[in-house]
Amino acid sequence: MRKNLKKLAFLTLPLTLAATHVSAADEVNIYSYRQQFLIQPMLDAFTAESGIKTNVVFAKKGLIERLEHEGKNSPADIVLTSDIGPLYDVVAKGLTQAVHSEVLEENIPTHYRDPDAHWFGLTSRTRLIYASKDRVKAGEISTYEELTDPKWAGRICTRSGKHTYNLSLIGSMIIEHGEAEAEQWLEGVKANLARKPQGNDRAQVKAVKEGVCDLALGNSYYFGKMLTNEQQPEQKEWANAVNLIFPNQDGRGAHMSISGAALTKYAPNKDAAIQLMEFLSQAKAQSMYAEANFEFPIRPGTQRSALLDEYMGDFKQDDVSLQKIAELRATAARMVDKVGFDN
Amino acid sequence: MQAEHATPEIKPPSALTTSQKHYLLGWYSGTWGTALMVALPILAVFYLALFPQENIWSHLAATVLPVYITTTLALMIGVGALSIATGVCGAWLVTMCRFPGRKLFEWALLLPFAVPAYVIAYVYTDLLEYSGPLQIALRELFGWQTARDYWFPDIRTLGGAILMLSMVLYPYVYLLTRATFLEQSTTIHDASRTLGCTPWQSFYRVSLPIARPAIAVGLSLVSMETINDFGTVDYFAVKSMSAGIYDTWLNMSNLGGAAQIASLMMIFVVILISLERLARAKQRQFNSPDRYKTLTGYQLTGWRAWGATLLCALPVITGFIIPVWLLTGYALKHIDQLWTEAFFTYASHSFILSSSAAVLTIIIALLLAYSKRLHKKSSLKLAVQFSSLGYAMPGAVLAIGVIIPLAAFDNTVDSLMDQFFGISTGLLLSGTAFAVIFAYVVRFLAVSLGSIDSSLNKITDSMDMASRSLGLSPLQTLLKVHLPLIKGGILTAALVVFVDSMKELPATLILRPFNYDTLATYVYQYASDEMLEACSLAALLIVLVGIIPVILLSRTISGTRDSH
Repeated sequence: MRKNLKKLAFLTLPLTLAATHVSAADEVNIYSYRQQFLIQPMLDAFTAESGIKTNVVFAKKGLIERLEHEGKNSPADIVLTSDIGPLYDVVAKGLTQAVHSEVLEENIPTHYRDPDAHWFGLTSRTRLIYASKDRVKAGEISTYEELTDPKWAGRICTRSGKHTYNLSLIGSMIIEHGEAEAEQWLEGVKANLARKPQGNDRAQVKAVKEGVCDLALGNSYYFGKMLTNEQQPEQKEWANAVNLIFPNQDGRGAHMSISGAALTKYAPNKDAAIQLMEFLSQAKAQSMYAEANFEFPIRPGTQRSALLDEYMGDFKQDDVSLQKIAELRATAARMVDKVGFDN
Repeated sequence: MQAEHATPEIKPPSALTTSQKHYLLGWYSGTWGTALMVALPILAVFYLALFPQENIWSHLAATVLPVYITTTLALMIGVGALSIATGVCGAWLVTMCRFPGRKLFEWALLLPFAVPAYVIAYVYTDLLEYSGPLQIALRELFGWQTARDYWFPDIRTLGGAILMLSMVLYPYVYLLTRATFLEQSTTIHDASRTLGCTPWQSFYRVSLPIARPAIAVGLSLVSMETINDFGTVDYFAVKSMSAGIYDTWLNMSNLGGAAQIASLMMIFVVILISLERLARAKQRQFNSPDRYKTLTGYQLTGWRAWGATLLCALPVITGFIIPVWLLTGYALKHIDQLWTEAFFTYASHSFILSSSAAVLTIIIALLLAYSKRLHKKSSLKLAVQFSSLGYAMPGAVLAIGVIIPLAAFDNTVDSLMDQFFGISTGLLLSGTAFAVIFAYVVRFLAVSLGSIDSSLNKITDSMDMASRSLGLSPLQTLLKVHLPLIKGGILTAALVVFVDSMKELPATLILRPFNYDTLATYVYQYASDEMLEACSLAALLIVLVGIIPVILLSRTISGTRDSH
């Protein structure tokens, strides 16, 4: 077997050598669950400022497993994720180490970072209700709980109940109402769906525009991305067809989530990696993030995108522990299966 | 080498000299070693399935598993039936009939093969959905206002997925069936016709049964591609087993449960293949000596001729021309934003990975298929069979299966070197292009093995006997006798592996080195965010790079036999 492996290795040697990662001192290696084109501008700014090169592998799945099996020889320094779910998973598997940095602690509010300092939020977003301008009157719906009202029968669209964004929302319902009531709520929403859950968040807003449904669940940044989409201008029409409803303003506030980062346990370039994490939490990168992807800066006092200011006032945010929500993801996923939400 | 001393007499097997025994043992163990190496990632997935961190099987079985299974079965049956209908019909028409455009369709029918399934799903959704040009035109024509005013078939359904997958998968059946039709003896046809068969009967009762092994191989490739497709079923929200695997892994954070569904899927495939083998256990045909006689074919005239043209044009138009037309439109619209120097890099990465994978896969498939022939041991057969299971495994799960043994190897070497020499070698194979190529080999071995095996099987054993008794060693027999005879099969296999590797996405994403993009990963970055236009140029390039070998090799295959 080894012989054959060697044979194979020999045959592909030039390739292997050409592509082998070189871990020089002034580098940071990133396993990213976030699309590269979203983070590249911030990484470039970091390199320009610090002279430290960044190397990225982007995939939407499997990087945690890669990190796990590569073990102490893994070249990865940082894991970047687009949601609390995988961030929580990588910490829970013991693949990360704590970072004690005054900069991070100062820039990131406590409920957006791990009490044990393993994971840190970098941007935040809320899960909105997008309501048709034509067919839903102002004030007709104001909470997540009201989605089960029979008057919405056949009028709600959402992506898969088991998508991590919806699992987090269900998790927050469990924390607020307990498991039994949350399950009833999920059944109620299911009963009101206009179609089988499908597509991504943007596709739901599009469905509202097309008259397939009147209400849609979606993350807040998609609104900005659609409204400014020059490559597919029809997306502007989708965005213009809906009003934004920030749920539960008289109660716990709108459900929030984060994108974030964690330092790997065996990071070979630990100092540079922490430097990058700090850079991402500071004003410059925070406003770049906010501008590029229409997410909310996590650092208090950072200006958010002007476009968001135009469409979204200040709103009340649910500050329940994201750690708790992440812990409930498995329970939420089983609930979705049990209710048959996606079927 | 023993060959030089061998005498031309036929010896009974028991009279093998020691060196001959050693030689054969070398083949035997080499084959086992290779099969085992290719099987390692599959074994790793079984391992994950058997020892999950948290067992959720009962939960899955009680809730979603029945849905996954029935959906997958429906998908496989639908895609299989449509692919056979299109592939066999096309192969028969271009090989045995003469009609306008036949020469063109010989290779044009292969073109949809270059279009990745995920791309065609995105393209047709853009075209057929509510805000697509077709429905807009219909609304303007009839004055409808919203989606509630009329009924239009929804493409994002099980039926839509069947249609999309069949459109790009039928070329497997076409390719293999055509190769068989070309190899078939004209004598059998002539005989059937003189015995009173109409052309249709002659096709149905003679050619089709003879082509059955090839159709079966094609069908099993189609089924395996269908079963592990993720892009299309995910986009269309079709709850197949493959979708269930990702769901369990990513949304329920339970890799063990995902590996269990993947293993169940393997069992599906094994049953499928065994049934097919059982059904044709006793069948075997050999090439007839008149293979180089020119095929004349039926001259079609009038509506029949144009009907044949239309039948052949339909899959080419829907599976290739329409998607390419749309992608070209998008690409031209944004060409100034899209064209960058980096494209050369992406394209060269794709090309290097895919061609290395094609060459390696062919070498391994030749070794395995020939050893099977050499030894005729059922244990060996089983090992070879097992090693080709990677094809039925969803790419991302296979990637995890690749990571486990490679990382274990790297870390073992590292700790040994550290222990004895005090140096750290780090990761030698993980995170390099080798890992990606290895994954391609594991994933696509079945494709090349199927093609090479069926070609080898058509060479009668008396050829081996003659060559061996004339003093050639097994290796020399393979290189000098068999290789020239199965050139067509090898080329077919190389073509399929190359194009498949170009399109492969999930394993490439997970295993690739830092800062390493291929055309497919570049497309994915945008397409997954419903930004098809932003990646139209790269998608188009995948298709274009894919058709070069398609055309080149289909000409070579046609060249295996003259026809006019």
